[in-house]
Amino acid sequence: MTCLPGKTDRALGLVIDLDTCVGCQACVTACKGWNDQGYGVPLSDQNPYGSKPSGVFLNRVHSYQVQPEVAAPMIVNFPRSCLHCADAPCVTVCPTGASYKRVEDGIVLVNEDACVGCGLCAWACPYGAREMDADEGVMKKCTLCVDRIYNENLPEEDREPACVRTCPTGARHFGDLNDPQSAVSQLVAARSGYDLMPEQGAKPTNKYLPPRKKDRPDQASLLAPLLDIKATGFAGWLDRVLGKI
Amino acid sequence: MNPAPSVIIFTVLSGMGFGYLALLGTVHDYSGVAALAHWFMGFFLATAGLVASAFHLGNPSRAWRAFTQWRSSWLSREAWFAVLALLVLAPVALSAWLGLGLPRALGWLGAALAFATVAATGMIYAQIRAVPRWHHWNVPVLFLVFAVTGGCLLAGLRGPAIAALVVLGAGMVLHWRIGDGAFARAGSTMGTATGLGGLGQTSVFEPAHTAGNYLLHEMIYVVCRRHVPKLRALALILAVALPLLAMLFLPGRYGPYVAVPLHLLGALAQRWLFFAQAEHVVGLYYGKR
Amino acid sequence: MNQPFVNTSPQISDEVRKTTCYMCACRCGIDVHLTSGRVSYIEGNRDHPINKGVLCAKGASGIMQVTAPSRLRTPLRRVGPRGSGAFEPISWEEALQTAVDWMRPLREEAPEKLAFFTGRDQSQSFTGWWAQAFGTPNYAAHGGFCSVNMAAAGIYTLGGAFWEFGAPDWERSKLFVLFGVAEDHDSNPIKIGIGKMKDRGARVIGVNPIRTGYNAVADDWIGITPGTDGLLILSLIHCLLEAGKVDLEYLARFTNAAYLINETDGSEKGLFVRNAEAQPFVIDRRTGMPAPWEAKGVQPDLGAIWQGHRTVFQHMAERYLSPDYAPEVVEARCGVTALRIRQLAAELADVAFNQAIEIAQPWVDFRGDEHATMTGRPVSFHAMRGISAHSNGFQTGRALHLLQILLGAVETPGSWRMKPPYPKPMEAHPTPHFVTVPGKPLSGPHLGYVRGPEQLALLPDGSPARIDKAFSWENPFSAHGMMHMVIPNAHAGDPYRIDTLFLYMANMAWNSSMNTAQVMAMLTAQEADGSYTIPRIIYSDAYASEMVAYADLILPDTTYLERHDCISMLDRPVSEPDAAGDAIRWPVVDPDRDVRGFQSVLLDLGARLGLPGMVAEDGTAKFKDYADYIVNHQRRPGVGPLMGFRGNGDGEGRGAPNPDQMQRYIDNGGFYQAHVPDDARFFKPWNRAYQDWAVKVGLFDSPQPYLFNIWSEPMRRFQLAAEGHGAVQPPDHLRERLKLAMDPLPVWYEPFGDAAEPFGFTVHALTQRPMDMYHSWGSQNAWLRQIRGHNPLYVPTKIWVQHGFKDGDWARVTSPTGQITVPVAHMAALNENTVWTWNAIGKRKGAWALSKDAPEAKQGFLLNHLISELLPAKGDGMRYSNSDPVTGQAAWFDLRVRIERAEPPPDGQSLPAFGALTSVVPEGRKR
Repeated sequence: MTCLPGKTDRALGLVIDLDTCVGCQACVTACKGWNDQGYGVPLSDQNPYGSKPSGVFLNRVHSYQVQPEVAAPMIVNFPRSCLHCADAPCVTVCPTGASYKRVEDGIVLVNEDACVGCGLCAWACPYGAREMDADEGVMKKCTLCVDRIYNENLPEEDREPACVRTCPTGARHFGDLNDPQSAVSQLVAARSGYDLMPEQGAKPTNKYLPPRKKDRPDQASLLAPLLDIKATGFAGWLDRVLGKI
Repeated sequence: MNPAPSVIIFTVLSGMGFGYLALLGTVHDYSGVAALAHWFMGFFLATAGLVASAFHLGNPSRAWRAFTQWRSSWLSREAWFAVLALLVLAPVALSAWLGLGLPRALGWLGAALAFATVAATGMIYAQIRAVPRWHHWNVPVLFLVFAVTGGCLLAGLRGPAIAALVVLGAGMVLHWRIGDGAFARAGSTMGTATGLGGLGQTSVFEPAHTAGNYLLHEMIYVVCRRHVPKLRALALILAVALPLLAMLFLPGRYGPYVAVPLHLLGALAQRWLFFAQAEHVVGLYYGKR
Repeated sequence: MNQPFVNTSPQISDEVRKTTCYMCACRCGIDVHLTSGRVSYIEGNRDHPINKGVLCAKGASGIMQVTAPSRLRTPLRRVGPRGSGAFEPISWEEALQTAVDWMRPLREEAPEKLAFFTGRDQSQSFTGWWAQAFGTPNYAAHGGFCSVNMAAAGIYTLGGAFWEFGAPDWERSKLFVLFGVAEDHDSNPIKIGIGKMKDRGARVIGVNPIRTGYNAVADDWIGITPGTDGLLILSLIHCLLEAGKVDLEYLARFTNAAYLINETDGSEKGLFVRNAEAQPFVIDRRTGMPAPWEAKGVQPDLGAIWQGHRTVFQHMAERYLSPDYAPEVVEARCGVTALRIRQLAAELADVAFNQAIEIAQPWVDFRGDEHATMTGRPVSFHAMRGISAHSNGFQTGRALHLLQILLGAVETPGSWRMKPPYPKPMEAHPTPHFVTVPGKPLSGPHLGYVRGPEQLALLPDGSPARIDKAFSWENPFSAHGMMHMVIPNAHAGDPYRIDTLFLYMANMAWNSSMNTAQVMAMLTAQEADGSYTIPRIIYSDAYASEMVAYADLILPDTTYLERHDCISMLDRPVSEPDAAGDAIRWPVVDPDRDVRGFQSVLLDLGARLGLPGMVAEDGTAKFKDYADYIVNHQRRPGVGPLMGFRGNGDGEGRGAPNPDQMQRYIDNGGFYQAHVPDDARFFKPWNRAYQDWAVKVGLFDSPQPYLFNIWSEPMRRFQLAAEGHGAVQPPDHLRERLKLAMDPLPVWYEPFGDAAEPFGFTVHALTQRPMDMYHSWGSQNAWLRQIRGHNPLYVPTKIWVQHGFKDGDWARVTSPTGQITVPVAHMAALNENTVWTWNAIGKRKGAWALSKDAPEAKQGFLLNHLISELLPAKGDGMRYSNSDPVTGQAAWFDLRVRIERAEPPPDGQSLPAFGALTSVVPEGRKR
């Protein structure tokens, strides 16, 4: 089971646009809300009203400062969740077969009934995509809303992950990254989508679109004054302006 | 990585136990009550370690499932090797105690399985690419050298123990030296973790959450790092230097009585460092290593 | 491979109920899923005009709000000293009778002694109507410390405003410039819009000292010095005028640029030249002769000089062509290079004029002139609290609207457009009503738009009629009232004392007051005889906020999923530029506590007090509850709180009350939309088709076409008074200030807070509202507080280095009025002279059912301790409020501070620290 399927029929995943993400955290709580009542055990919270509240979240939004060499400093908001890697190291380390990668769509899932809670999969993941539920002792992770995307109780248009459905800026895209014709593949190609930590060799399915270049010195020429107002006075300016009507 | 006591105790005790069992199954030939005592000690250490490891599990009742994934998982393989080693060595122990005269070859098979168990334990860590310090062949080798050393000390094999201690000392130093540059060699930075490195110098602006979470607790353990040089020296002195002196200079059978507890303490210190110093690349997302 | 079986089609819930979110002021549509009668999941309503299915972090966490341990459970009566938090539970009957016993004598003797102010109220047309029936002049919601500069600048200039009352044409705009933000208003529409613009490759420019959120994704960021936006804008106007890049046709046809300004010295100077019918007029270019401004075919001449009087256009151009507004002159003050200003001006002009768009849609203007197409200037602007919360915020708002007008970028395709019921000219709004008659209602609504000194809310002796001094000489255009002044003024007895302070959903004892500590002291202040200076305080809230402890009587409200509400065209609807829209809330779950919706309680109180409109002829309550009011109340004949499904169910905007209306809304997803016809979608203030449609759906009773006000005559009337003209005269100490602030053309002056600069307060200090928190509400939410439970003071690189700050350091921050000691963090993408923190994360210990060592109550802090409701005393014995002199908007962002490194407190407690409140609810343990 924890052998990787090799090639999957499809490679469903997310494309996250860092040029558009405003860091509103909508995807974080939409994910929490859906998965608290969805696949597997609820996402428990420890000490929710106390000094160190800590619960399971399957999607977190970080925020980074970037200081380019010349341009103004930037803030980049950065959602982080399971990347559903092709060579998912979290799957192969699992001793019980609870972690697996689905053959039909490449989604990496945890079969919670088989999870012994050893945590080794979380160690193996370079991306911090897995969080252990402290109440139930099982590993939780993004399911790519496997209980939404095929759900026949949902209207067709809602069959997408909760984070994608809720994202106000449309910074999250869902689709088959195996299919070069899919909208997400096209987007990745057009916007130079990239892998996180490629050197880790996990071959993530999810891709990130980089922030577009910002604050570039504007090449547009400046506005030329109509005439030398000092010389002509206001009346001259007025004649010139209104003469244009 | 969080130096969880359960895992430290498990790896140290079971490593020592399996090393000892391997020697009991091969080079030693205790018999009668002596055999019972020695084999009991070996089995006790090995199984106590395994029991301790169960405390690390969220759902220990499902531990039997860990035997199912031997094809891909080193943890599963470790479980198999451990159980097989114990099963194979049990009749050997019985034979030694009761003088049943089982073939010695069974002892050698058990020893091989015991060392395979220790190697598998090492591989559990060495396979984790996301922890560059661990992701190296020296880790299972060091675990094996610890097992052999512990076994030799427990078995009171003076000459081999002295040799093993020397090798262990060198191994520990080598392990640290290789490990210290491993993160940099792996090439993961906040820049690659976020993909923003090409845009400019990247740093954390705001944390993603208010307080700790599983990742921070389990994999982004940054406590006590500044005491590392002292702890390394302590580990080396306790695990290697003092036991060596004891074995070299204390008369005959007294050496192990002094060396074993010191070595055990040193091994625990080394293992604490093994975890506490291991930096997981996920820390890059938090600006912590 | 045999994979485990996964049920990919689980049943999601038993039932979905569609209602309206209340996790912030955005008012999105939500689908509330119920499982076994309990809320199990909340997501955005795809059909809803505001959010189109998306939902923000707050909305998706609503499930944690309706189950929060901080929810009040029963009416309470104070038993300990005020502020101690000691209460006893009482019955509703007792609570209501107590309130009636307190209020009835006030109504009969001196209605103004009841001050009724509401905070994050979304039922202002109702609460205002109640206060009007009671007869007190002292009513307002929280707009005075929130948004009134933007609202008033917009209404007086354009007849419409930013905030959520207008929107960029997201589908067509090619350049979007955003000044300041308030991410709790219109936030999902703005996020959706920015996403759309990014998708199309359109450019987004952020003008903001802080580069987070929307500014973080902006293609270009201008990290302006706080309080100088107006100067930057006027400099842009200078550049555009200098180059002749203004939309002359638009100015001539749709603005008062062609009106003539009276230049004769005397009491008429600066007012419009008027004809015999007292109407302003224009000079027709075809004849060179005066013509009515609304005459068919008229071609108003911007360059006209008639009998020595020049047009508004000439006055305006002459002012801003002045070298005082040259980029090179203003660059240092604004913290933006002259080159950058000139680049921005060039970009605006390029997009507006070289990239103009045209829609093949014929239309007819109010003059009867026909147009074959609609020409658009695809430059859009939006501005919010960042420019609003300064003492020059009103004029800055005016300046920005002038920039929009000069570019022809209001109500044209691709530009910024208004949402019904706007456009609505200032003249169509009421004036303030304030005259009290014991036992009688007020003769009209409290809040309005004054046209001149005659409409100020002054008593015969010239003193302010209102407790907050709204519509007084100190702040004539205070169209939203001044809630932030109520407690300080009531405490000071200036202009008079009150008896009962009645507050709804306003956390005045904490983050909603400018200076928290001072206000807490005022709320507990006692007279020599031991009585409280503010004798009685009634408070209604759903949660155990900090304010609860300071009330004498608590009327516990429901959460938003347990109540009826209407998001009404009479108030702040959920319209979009292409459709008028309103919405409801309805109880999708029943309260599990002894609580009642505040509006229903108010109707009950009204009936018990016998207030007109709330009592039936037989003396019983006219409305069973708020839902009954929503359906059956009529503001004007045929026009009620909800526009949809009126009469027999087909009535749109107009029609008799329909008993099935509420159910029809529920069946329709909780909202209603009336779509603007295609030929009416743009140029609305001047578009005959729009005006006719607006009358049809009940927005107006007659067409209301008007011209944009580049020159503001009402403002000039106040200047004239300050110059000594007219019967109603200001006090002398305010004359100079009025002359400056009431300039009829947009002007920039230094924020009043800058007066602190010479005393070493060189750093600007701001707050921002995080997108995942709304006021103080978010911290009681188990999910949201896990995201943001800390608020360091963010310090720019220059100051960080200068003081040698390191990670984990603390700073002592001092202003002219206070001092705080707080944790700091470094931020590079920040104006080099500005520090800031997240707003309202800091909490008082014991509030919101949080543990006393919660990070919000420990390290968390408010900047409020550095701010004051009053400006530092000037030695003239006067109390000057820390507000915009035009509108009274609280000038939160004028704050100037100095900063120094401090030893981290050993207990990690930020300062000032206040004692723990005794909580009226048990501390939260599990969720």
